[in-house]
Amino acid sequence: MDMPTRILLWADAASMVLICIAFVLTVYRIVRGPTLPDRVLGLDVLVSIAIGFMALFAIKTGYALYIDIAIALGLVGFLATVAFARFILVKGAQASAVQDVVEEGDTPLGMTPRTAGGRHE
Amino acid sequence: MIEFVLSIVASILILVGAIFAFSAAVGLVRLPDLYTRMHAASKAGSVGSGLMLVAVAVYSQDLGIATRALAGVVFFLLTAPISAHLLAKAAHSVGYRLDKVSVYDDLQEQIDRDKPASDDE
Repeated sequence: MDMPTRILLWADAASMVLICIAFVLTVYRIVRGPTLPDRVLGLDVLVSIAIGFMALFAIKTGYALYIDIAIALGLVGFLATVAFARFILVKGAQASAVQDVVEEGDTPLGMTPRTAGGRHE
Repeated sequence: MIEFVLSIVASILILVGAIFAFSAAVGLVRLPDLYTRMHAASKAGSVGSGLMLVAVAVYSQDLGIATRALAGVVFFLLTAPISAHLLAKAAHSVGYRLDKVSVYDDLQEQIDRDKPASDDE
């Protein structure tokens, strides 16, 4: 009776250590990340790791309410990633159009597909 | 006896889930560009948090809690590929290029094929 609970709590603590290291590595990628999509991806991973952390906390404390919070956080994280993807699509279309003009010089038609792809809403 | 087995199974699940989440974070830091990082983030990350939620479902021995946890797992497994695909598609169409170690880009070929058609219009 006592032994399995101790094993479970030990596994929980070990998992929390791993999760904390994963948090630090993900934050490193978000801070360092060379481009905006890298940071958005880091945010996505951060949400996913936080959901796992909440599951560990639900096991450790016995509060099942953390599962509901984890589901709500997953929904928010999904919507945030979708919104950021739309933002990258719209914002980057303008930036890369400028970049195309600078790179290709006399062929501004080269930016037509990308601009059309970015503004199809 | 059944509690012993359930505790051992939950311990294994949370340890494996934490290892998956940790490897997702390591992949996020180590891999060279956005598209390869996305492999680590959207596969290992969602499996990691999903396994920990399954551990909560196994350990709780309560139908309501288990159903909520499994519904959360299904939700994450549904939304993680969608958000990853949206982000990759947005980043690629805006012009974030693959790393030099990449050998082939199917989507670039398609963009090049579509480009003359839209220039003719």
